[in-house]
Amino acid sequence: MYEHDVIVVGGGGAGLRAAIGAHEAGADVAIVTKLHPVRSHTGAAEGGINAALREGDDWELHAYDTVKGGDYITDAPAAETLAQDAPDNVVQLENWGMPFSREEDGRMSQRPFGGLSFPRTTYAGAETGHHLLHTLYEQVVKRGITVYDEWYVTRVAVSDEDDPNDRECYGCVAWDIQTGEIAGFRGREGTILATGGDGQVFDHTTNAVANTADGIAMAYRAGVPIEDMEFVQFHPTTLPSTGVLISEGTRGEGGILYNSEGERLMFEYGYATNDGELASRDVVSRGELTEINEGRGVDDEYVHLDMRHLGEERIMDRLENILHLAEDFEGVDGLENPMPVKPGHHYEMGGVETNEHGQTCIDGLYAVGEVACVSVHGSNRLGGNALPELLVFGARAGKHAAGEDLGEPEIPVGKTADAEGIEESDVDFPVEPGALAASSAAVSGDSPEEIVETAREAETERIERLLEKEEGVNHAEVRSKIQKSMTANVNVFREESAIEDALETIREAREEYQDVYVADTSRTFNTDLQHTIETRNVIDAAETIAMGALAREEFRGAHWRKEHQERRDDEWLKHTMISWNDGTPELWYRPALLEGENQTYEPKERHY
Amino acid sequence: MSTQTPDTDETDPQAERMARKEERAAERDEASSKPDVGDDAITLKVFRYDPEVADKQEPRFDTFHVPREPGITVLDALIYARDTYDSSLTFRHSCRQAVCGSDALFINGSQRLGCQTQVADLNDSDTVRVEPLPHREVVKDLVVDMDHFYDQMDAVEPYFSPTEEPDGEQLQSRENREKIKMSTRCIWCGACMSSCNVAAGDNQYLGPAAINKAYRFYFDEREDDERQEERLQIIEQEHGVWRCQTQFSCTTVCPKDIPLTEHIQELKREAVKSNLKFW
Repeated sequence: MYEHDVIVVGGGGAGLRAAIGAHEAGADVAIVTKLHPVRSHTGAAEGGINAALREGDDWELHAYDTVKGGDYITDAPAAETLAQDAPDNVVQLENWGMPFSREEDGRMSQRPFGGLSFPRTTYAGAETGHHLLHTLYEQVVKRGITVYDEWYVTRVAVSDEDDPNDRECYGCVAWDIQTGEIAGFRGREGTILATGGDGQVFDHTTNAVANTADGIAMAYRAGVPIEDMEFVQFHPTTLPSTGVLISEGTRGEGGILYNSEGERLMFEYGYATNDGELASRDVVSRGELTEINEGRGVDDEYVHLDMRHLGEERIMDRLENILHLAEDFEGVDGLENPMPVKPGHHYEMGGVETNEHGQTCIDGLYAVGEVACVSVHGSNRLGGNALPELLVFGARAGKHAAGEDLGEPEIPVGKTADAEGIEESDVDFPVEPGALAASSAAVSGDSPEEIVETAREAETERIERLLEKEEGVNHAEVRSKIQKSMTANVNVFREESAIEDALETIREAREEYQDVYVADTSRTFNTDLQHTIETRNVIDAAETIAMGALAREEFRGAHWRKEHQERRDDEWLKHTMISWNDGTPELWYRPALLEGENQTYEPKERHY
Repeated sequence: MSTQTPDTDETDPQAERMARKEERAAERDEASSKPDVGDDAITLKVFRYDPEVADKQEPRFDTFHVPREPGITVLDALIYARDTYDSSLTFRHSCRQAVCGSDALFINGSQRLGCQTQVADLNDSDTVRVEPLPHREVVKDLVVDMDHFYDQMDAVEPYFSPTEEPDGEQLQSRENREKIKMSTRCIWCGACMSSCNVAAGDNQYLGPAAINKAYRFYFDEREDDERQEERLQIIEQEHGVWRCQTQFSCTTVCPKDIPLTEHIQELKREAVKSNLKFW
């Protein structure tokens, strides 16, 4: 058993920032990650980091934009914490040497982004995430923080009291991809999940193949409620053939969207008559897809994003990376031609329920970054808000886990007896969701060490079973089935019957997964085994997305429903919560928190 | 590394199981080796090696036929082969967009990223030969041990560390940011190190990636002169910049077009200037 004060699971931006935070608060911290940290998907973030740094801007404007962008189910304390802490975190990155783009006077540059009332997106070319990831990793190296890289965490070690709120997390179990060793990791003070998103639920995604909802599924099966999963962001500008992201910065700098008629669609068809291309992402994605569905798409598949008028000098200065991506992955020279783009899966607004300290309802278990739902993004994340989220909440969770006092949290977690406004859902699902037989990742034991050890034994047994099975289904078939169904049925435009189809497919996938086997017999670098374990996580995450989507009978943010074309504030100013409940998922709701420090965020009609 | 191999102990149930699985896999390969891949399928030849699997202990090449889709990359072809024919085919990959640096491979005789290399752009687009990065220990199939690469990176103190902690936002000129811009693009893929003859012969040579990392900090005006002096000492050591023989192989293979050789040369000039100063 490996032991540290704090174990951080995942080595992307959130994990690295959490580890630095814990280290600075005096903890012995280790990062356990299935990829070497610099391979993490934070590196693919392009646009920038929102922070109210300059005169004329302030954190309250940033918080307001964030709540409005989230269509009023962003929790105010989360948005305000983000907005208040972001400026210091950006300056901190600068002080760690991050090569931000600069103004003539030498200060960090900021640019306009969708849904922002002030150009507060701080950037480093169109490769901000790459620089952020490397800068944070440099600081991890500087501090000598232990990194177990290419160790895949497959389970959190959690005690098995009946009520998840009484459970405690003592660490996790990981499997060394290179050697096949399965080991317990004891986190004496805390275990922080920073495993990123769930892009592999969909088949046209900007996400990496490593984004397989690992943290969501692990926390879920250990008893932590999963929140607002139906709110999935489809980014308006991804390359049609691969899903590679073309930064919102392209529109922020002045790029224009055209349909096949050469019309500036955002204005011409009234999708966003004020902000046009710089409306919020949900609005632009729906606009583009409507054009395509109504026959005004180019090749019936995509629209054009034109940046030629910006001129080579400006493009090379601020968007050079976009030229490379369009050239390498779509064969288009962005200086000579408009770039083909269409909406693609990009980001999971929902995730593991946490408060503003990153804590879940299970003592000792934290979640930060895309895996978490604080909720800071509500039903739609603003571009440029993911990177400050991972910095702000990563740092906070790291410090809190290491024992720093951050005060009483305002955001409640867990389904507790005294929680206000909790409602049960009475939605009918076409098939029974959840496990095929009772199952829980929580284990019993008399001491923390015993619980970690018991969890390790359980994982060893699971892995051995997968390896020993001699024939059956290849996980890739099961995963592909989920991805196709989710992309066809739970995409930008959603309707009841399609979501039901998806739930039925997910059920079938669960049954087929019973029969998966790992053809690779080796203990050395067995990615067949790794991907097979990941696929189980993909199934669990997909199901929570579809359940939440079916149940939410309204149109809010990224969640559009054919049968329910209105935002219904009288009934739906609430978060979708799904508890695993030992394999029989339970859907319930918690009210959104719209009471801020100095103001109440009254829901208004959302115009851009 | 595990030493468990199928042929060491005939009665070992694990060994028997593995043998049966392999047999079955072979049957399956036979049966499924001809899905409809079209007349002009790509012939993908992939290096195979696994220290634990009997018939892969001796390195070999496996051939897979992959449909020629427009725009197909070498990574796409590998994924197709793995998901269609042999799920034990092992290679690192993640972002698919040339930023994570996981899939530097030796493709038709040169170091490239699998995801960034379109089959149609190769000198021979009919037969694509994929091998692990040369000059690295092979872990399995196309996966190489990157530890030595990471160690060399660590050796140059690859982090911003001015003598005095900054107080508030530091200014940096656009010119200075421009000066270091290319050097900050490195994605740690290891293609340069693998292509370098000097690194192949001198295991202690810092190599192009690490020296480029040092360049990135050396020329960052936000660090002070004292720190610059310390950085020069690191790169000027016996296995530092002076080992470079300006063969430009690193610059040629760099998937991010970083002028690595030029950066190394520039640091050599800095070292000379600094030494003159102290005469």
